[in-house]
Amino acid sequence: MATTRFLEWCGRLYIWLLLAFLYLPIIIMALMSFNVSPFYQLPFEWTTEWYASLWQNDQLISATWNSIKIAIISTIIATVLGSAASLALYRHEFRGKKVLQALLFPPIAIPWLITGTAMLIFFFGVGIGRGLFAILLGHVALALPYVIVVVSARLQTFAPELEEAARSLGANQWQVTSRVTLPWIMPGVIAGGLFAFAVSFDQFVVSYFLSTPGQTTLPVEIYAAIRKGFTPEINAVSTIIIVVSMALMLLTARFFKFGGEK
Amino acid sequence: MAGVQVANLSRSFGAHKALDDVSIDFADGGFYALLGPSGSGKTTLLRQIAGFDFPDSGRIAIGGEGVERVPVEKRRIGMVFQNYALFPNMSVADNVGFGLSVRRQAKATIAGEVQRALDLVQLGKLGGRRPHQLSGGQRQRVALARAIVTKPRVLLLDEPLGALDKALRVDMQIELKRIQREIGITTIFVTHDQEEALTMSDRIGILRDGRLVQEGPPEEIYDRPKSEFAATFLGDANIFRGETTGAGIRLPDGTAIAAGAGATLAAGTKASCAVRPERIRIATDSGTPDPNANLLRGQVSKRIFAGSNSTYFVDRDGQTLKVIVQNTGVERLAEGQEVVLRWSPESTVLIAAG
Repeated sequence: MATTRFLEWCGRLYIWLLLAFLYLPIIIMALMSFNVSPFYQLPFEWTTEWYASLWQNDQLISATWNSIKIAIISTIIATVLGSAASLALYRHEFRGKKVLQALLFPPIAIPWLITGTAMLIFFFGVGIGRGLFAILLGHVALALPYVIVVVSARLQTFAPELEEAARSLGANQWQVTSRVTLPWIMPGVIAGGLFAFAVSFDQFVVSYFLSTPGQTTLPVEIYAAIRKGFTPEINAVSTIIIVVSMALMLLTARFFKFGGEK
Repeated sequence: MAGVQVANLSRSFGAHKALDDVSIDFADGGFYALLGPSGSGKTTLLRQIAGFDFPDSGRIAIGGEGVERVPVEKRRIGMVFQNYALFPNMSVADNVGFGLSVRRQAKATIAGEVQRALDLVQLGKLGGRRPHQLSGGQRQRVALARAIVTKPRVLLLDEPLGALDKALRVDMQIELKRIQREIGITTIFVTHDQEEALTMSDRIGILRDGRLVQEGPPEEIYDRPKSEFAATFLGDANIFRGETTGAGIRLPDGTAIAAGAGATLAAGTKASCAVRPERIRIATDSGTPDPNANLLRGQVSKRIFAGSNSTYFVDRDGQTLKVIVQNTGVERLAEGQEVVLRWSPESTVLIAAG
């Protein structure tokens, strides 16, 4: 009995350590965004000064908007293209399908530094060059394999008779997809979309390679700002983003009950 | 509603001939069972009629209209799948109404038709449930209601009772038959359960290795099987092999067996005789001699008591024969006992070899 209780206690401790490991740096950063001292000095004195000055920092704000816009657009594009590709791979047999599916995985493992360099060279070669459009294209390409992997995994749990049943009842291809297949894979599509959003919104390396001075995304802008000298405004903007993205994630998880319900 | 004609239908998957020149005529309003072991082509045939797959050659007509190149969604068929294939994201009512809704019918019309179909399968009050809240038998009924609500020309059932337990199966057999009679729809039913095929259908088609072995009313196939396979797959049969004498066969040991039914064969060719176990009378002595009856002597090797009847296994010249006797409570034979088997030539079917 005593051993069981001890093990239980260890398990609980482990979970708390894990959570602390994940969240402590973030909590400290969030606290410091409300601290008067710009050099992380204690005692803690409450201020919203950094949030006020963030409002004046046009560069940081415009980079934030760029990031949000690129993340949303690339998420939509990658999710739609990726889901459609997963459906095509699920439904049809064609020559080279195995090879194609195998080729979808390696890009996930290739370091972004290499992918970024390759994209930079490629985009110059084909005349796209650098800039927000190049960043958008890059993010879509990075996110696609994630979406396809997640949606395909969900499709593996789909019973093909459901599509057959729908067809036998007179449904055309579009009706079958929109009313039977899509509702089933929706949790996968949402999860794939979240991955795509995270890949884009978090993206530093590829964005750094593809951005032009003055027109960039938030992670690149933060990096540039830190190089010039750290300001608590960075803490402030990061805190806002963490709060917003966590709220989004929790809401989605709540609405789509990942893993739960049949 | 309409009859279905299948003519010279062939379909191969690679080197495997799934259907080999199959022709069957399913009359309007009939209840047909397609019976066969797994891999016999019965499901392939059903999927061809449904339109999920197209034939390599041959014709399929529904109501006289050639449909062999018409995709499933345009064939106006109703199908019930083995695992029901109910849409998990929809309520029972939405499942049943799906076929009407994709045809863009008015909401009020759909609601009325759905209610009528649910009433027909006695699930009138469960329209608001989700499929996962239903029992196996209820899901089965929903699948059936969904398949018939669009007023299809033909109803196709792919082992629809396979997932139900025995008691529920019998209930559903009766229920299915009642609904089929009530709406009078041509029904084609795939099963590997011979009892189901016998009790439910007007006609049975037996398939083996992609070919139609025999087709006809259950009584005819049971009483007059045309092959050893048909004789042993639909019901039980004792098979004797020998050479024909014209009116029966002669076994290798010289014993003659007279056959009053079956094929007409030239004397001297290889042939078999089939006898149903319940047609054989078993006794300890020759009793009153009947000069016409077939007679064999043997020894009881095993007896299985099953309440209303007993099955005797009788060894005779290296062959074990099966005899089923109704339990009249009069006489029970012991294992090891010498017995005489007798049966009439009318109960003996002559079958060409091969």
